[in-house]
Amino acid sequence: MLSFIARRLGLLIPTFFGITLLTFALIRLIPGDPVEVMMGERRVDPEMHAQAMERLGLNKPLPAQYLDYVGKLAQGDLGESLRTRESVWREFMTLFPATLELAMAALLFAGIVGLLAGVIAALKRGSLFDHGVMGLSLAGYSMPIFWWGLILIMFFSVSLGWTPVSGRIDLLYDIEPKTGFMLIDTLLSDEEGSFKDAVMHLILPAIVLGTIPLAVIARMTRSSMLEVLREDYVRTARAKGLSPARVVFVHGLRNALIPVLTVFGLQVGTLLAGAVLTETIFSWPGIGKWLIEAIGARDYPVVQNGILLIACLVILVNFVVDILYGLANPRIRHQR
Amino acid sequence: MNNPIAKPVSPASPVDHSLLYPSPYKEFWQAFARNKGAVMGLAFMCVVVFCALFAPWVAPHDPSEQYRDFLLTPPVWLEGGTWQFILGTDELGRDLLSRLIQGARLSLLIGLSSVVMSLIPGILLGLLAGFFPQLLGPSIMRLMDVMLALPSLLLAVAIVAILGPGLINTVIAIAIVSLPSYVRLTRAAVMGELNRDYVTAARLAGAGLGRLMFVTVLPNCMAPLIVQATLSFSSAILDAAALGFLGLGVQPPTPEWGTMLASARDYIERAWWVVSLPGLTILLSVLAINLMGDGLRDALDPKLKNAA
Repeated sequence: MLSFIARRLGLLIPTFFGITLLTFALIRLIPGDPVEVMMGERRVDPEMHAQAMERLGLNKPLPAQYLDYVGKLAQGDLGESLRTRESVWREFMTLFPATLELAMAALLFAGIVGLLAGVIAALKRGSLFDHGVMGLSLAGYSMPIFWWGLILIMFFSVSLGWTPVSGRIDLLYDIEPKTGFMLIDTLLSDEEGSFKDAVMHLILPAIVLGTIPLAVIARMTRSSMLEVLREDYVRTARAKGLSPARVVFVHGLRNALIPVLTVFGLQVGTLLAGAVLTETIFSWPGIGKWLIEAIGARDYPVVQNGILLIACLVILVNFVVDILYGLANPRIRHQR
Repeated sequence: MNNPIAKPVSPASPVDHSLLYPSPYKEFWQAFARNKGAVMGLAFMCVVVFCALFAPWVAPHDPSEQYRDFLLTPPVWLEGGTWQFILGTDELGRDLLSRLIQGARLSLLIGLSSVVMSLIPGILLGLLAGFFPQLLGPSIMRLMDVMLALPSLLLAVAIVAILGPGLINTVIAIAIVSLPSYVRLTRAAVMGELNRDYVTAARLAGAGLGRLMFVTVLPNCMAPLIVQATLSFSSAILDAAALGFLGLGVQPPTPEWGTMLASARDYIERAWWVVSLPGLTILLSVLAINLMGDGLRDALDPKLKNAA
């Protein structure tokens, strides 16, 4: 097992350096000179320009600049935002819990509904319900989620007035950010009704972000369940007189879950990309919205290292999924 | 469709081989047509392609003409709607139907050109990676791993952030983003074919590298690539619309579907049609292409049937 983990870690290192190369190249590929971009539209006098180049290390040859960049990263220095002068790392860490909370709620919604729908569709194969689930999941998979969000807002927030339109919490409440997770913070605070308000704010964005994972999970569960239900051990379980629920959930679903879990892991990338759109629609103060605003403001340190952080996150999650998969399935562990 | 094999052939009459072995095209169509959804998707896409090709003649109005007396007119079946603007007008009094039709042109153009722009380099890199498994292959694959580490939309956003928004940059960004899947697919298919006897035979017969790559091996790797091309066509349309919605794609007043949605956001309380219709068009087109992709996969590559 240890050698398996070590092999996977070994694969991670070149990928990580590749990503630092990518983000390093990102800032150099911008048309024009970075100093002019950073100083804005006004004319820079040549002396100041040279000083800035010197200070930022931009007059060195490119390989030396890259080593500088990686060296700084190794010290945990991700630069500071041009707009707020705040460190990129700190900004990321204050906003990340919001995205994580949203993504977890979305995954929870997608997981529960997707597994249930997939199992029932597999059990009632060929029925109207089965066709309905398959049709809806294909539609969900094809959904432009930015539009889906607008439609839900139009219906539930504007017409029915059930849920708030945007944000994480009503401005009436003054919640002290202890953990960064609004649901926990509101429970810890003594503001009456703030928890319910936070939940109402979370519902629509979670549904929107969870739609594509939901569709994928429902399809995957159905096909994997259909395969498992054909197995001999399921027939044996039935034959020895176990209750149908026990056969389906204990003998069937447990084995059908393995491929579904991989899909769960693969959805993390989709979730982070979806978070960019969902957060923009619902004005959710997370890293997706932060990144888009930084692009709009040409705040390059934030764009550069925000992308680096998100890529590292995806690599890390994939690594963990790989390891878990190796734990669950010895055949993968011993593959060369 | 009449199935030639099911036709009763009396034992006395000589067997007509043209009936027993349908041409590859006919066989393909029969497998494709068995999937009802795929045929529906194909029919819908035919309509969209027709509208896109003949947009100036099909569209009832000029998509950028502003009818100042008809701001936010509802569609014809609602109170206040008129036959002059079947699907209503937007906030500047432009005919929605005409803009959607013009938008189909852009979306298909973006989809098609980004697929071509990533398919060709993707196949080349995949072939190289498959044929040179010592040094070149692993380095290409590591590079693709790096690109796959970023969620596709985020990578596209990053690329557009460098290049600046616009139609051509959108196409470039989406093409770069969909490159890794072609490289991986081609390489996997090439690795599978390289040990086959027919490749060895061609090698022994003295075929050069180029001939081996493009004439011997590549045609046998096309099935998964065609399926992938269809699927990435639909995700190209989605990603282009998402970029447009974020303000990073095609810029207004060009009637791109995602861009139209972005500007319609402010009218969410007053005019549902300006918000609903462009998104519905995106959804239906993407759905139709995905249905077609499913049918293509079943027809071309039955092995993949349970893969996705």
